Amino acid sequence: MSVVVEGKNIIRDYHIPGGFMRPARTVRAVKGISFSVELGKTLAIVGESGSGKSTLARIIALIDQSSGGELKIEGKAIDIAKQKPTREMRSKVQMVFQNPYGSLNPRQKIGDVLMEPLLLNTDIPAAERRRRAEEMLVKVGLPAEHFNRYPHMFSGGQRQRIAIARALMLKPTLLVLDEPVSALDLSVQAQVLNLLRDLQEEFNLAYVFISHDLSVVRYIADDVLVMNKGEAVEQGSREELFAAPKHPYTRELFAATPITDIEAIRERVARRKAMRAATA
Amino acid sequence: MALLTIRNLTVRFATSTGSFTAVDGVDVRVDKGEVLAIVGESGSGKSVSMLAAMGLLPDTAVVTADEMTFDGKDLLRMSPKERRQIIGREITMIFQEPIASLNPSFTTGYQIEEVLRYNAGLSKKAARARALELFKQVGIPDPEEKLKAYPHQMSGGQCQRVMIAMAIATNPRLLIADEPTTALDVTIQKQILDLLMELQEKTGMGLILITHDMGVVAETADRVQVQYKGKKMEEADVLSLFEAPKHPYTRALLSALPENATGDRLPTVASFLEGEVK
Repeated sequence: MSVVVEGKNIIRDYHIPGGFMRPARTVRAVKGISFSVELGKTLAIVGESGSGKSTLARIIALIDQSSGGELKIEGKAIDIAKQKPTREMRSKVQMVFQNPYGSLNPRQKIGDVLMEPLLLNTDIPAAERRRRAEEMLVKVGLPAEHFNRYPHMFSGGQRQRIAIARALMLKPTLLVLDEPVSALDLSVQAQVLNLLRDLQEEFNLAYVFISHDLSVVRYIADDVLVMNKGEAVEQGSREELFAAPKHPYTRELFAATPITDIEAIRERVARRKAMRAATA
Repeated sequence: MALLTIRNLTVRFATSTGSFTAVDGVDVRVDKGEVLAIVGESGSGKSVSMLAAMGLLPDTAVVTADEMTFDGKDLLRMSPKERRQIIGREITMIFQEPIASLNPSFTTGYQIEEVLRYNAGLSKKAARARALELFKQVGIPDPEEKLKAYPHQMSGGQCQRVMIAMAIATNPRLLIADEPTTALDVTIQKQILDLLMELQEKTGMGLILITHDMGVVAETADRVQVQYKGKKMEEADVLSLFEAPKHPYTRALLSALPENATGDRLPTVASFLEGEVK
């Protein structure tokens, strides 16, 4: 199996400038994280707000620079602080954001949204760009006739399909998905998760999947990395992690996640009944 | 022992392209000391039906109902003055975005004391003492200091605790919580849900919990009402709903939960697709 992306001891510091009577300080948002993702596999990064998971995602997606450590994409070390990534490198990693209402330009037609990455990064002629964009629309489950529509004409789930289609236009090997289904309703979430699975199989994509939702992670991940306050508190295969979480923070997360277990409901209902009988 | 009874509630909004029906003939009933969960996806009218009961909808909304009573009192035909004696005192509400629900220009202490003075009729001094007591009750750490803090100086979970403190300040008989934990992290969500359930059990108030999260329903509700596109699909006690959901939409919702995934693919709400594919 070939490793698509590898991080070694990735660090990210944010400098907060000082003010009157206040010294400047440095916040370490990501405190030395190592990971690797193979072709066709999914690494899920789980954590709560402030855990540094989105910062890490942005570093992997070559949007933000790291303050230390080594990032390798397809074996090649890359540091965007020192050198702008090549078009070829940019094409390999693409990102999908959480809020499909914010990530699409309201004044841009869907067709243009999809063709823009090709226009900027390749020399493909216009007719071919259009053909590929229409083909990709169909791949993500939208009719090719939607080419000339504007984002406001689509629902949240459809918009997220468009954002995924845009990310795939350059035939990347790695997709960084930052909470891609958190803004969606349950029934739409299921459709988008299915789509992501199909696309991963078809294009042999590697996913870095950022999420706070453990049930989604259990469904989609091969490996899981649990982050808390910038540190990787636990890392391992999905089976291992879900069968026997080791770190107290991971256990706390599991305990806090509401589940729809029938036995648990039965127990709770019985307890409430007993309590009511006692007070009545 | 019905506390709030709503029969055949319809809410229409006048829009530029004509009238839009957000809630279409919905019945809601919550008994004393009961936790009712209203579940639905966005656009199901779950929030709008409760805002209608509270009288908080804008003027563009046309609300009709065959019956809307609180503890036997007719909410539809009472004067605004009489209604204000109930809304905000006997029925209170908390919302999804705790930080946005508080006024950023005033301290949390000022805001809760305002509720206590106008809605509970306390003196300034008594209000201050009671505010401190309430902050302690909802588990705000360092309550004396936090009364002097502005909302932006507190976390989302703490702001929601302040909202809950304000909502229970008047000892209401019904608390409506509209997605109270959706904007919060799971560990904070658990704390807030535990707090709400503890308060409910202690005071015996009715609680309506509006949510889209089946897990939250499973861990809090006595009875559940499932809504879809402004209509009520199913109503059942929590155990029967999860054990043997009757309506296909409820079944679809439960099987779309990733934690219930059995095979490689998640079943989708195929028969209910018309909303997604236009």
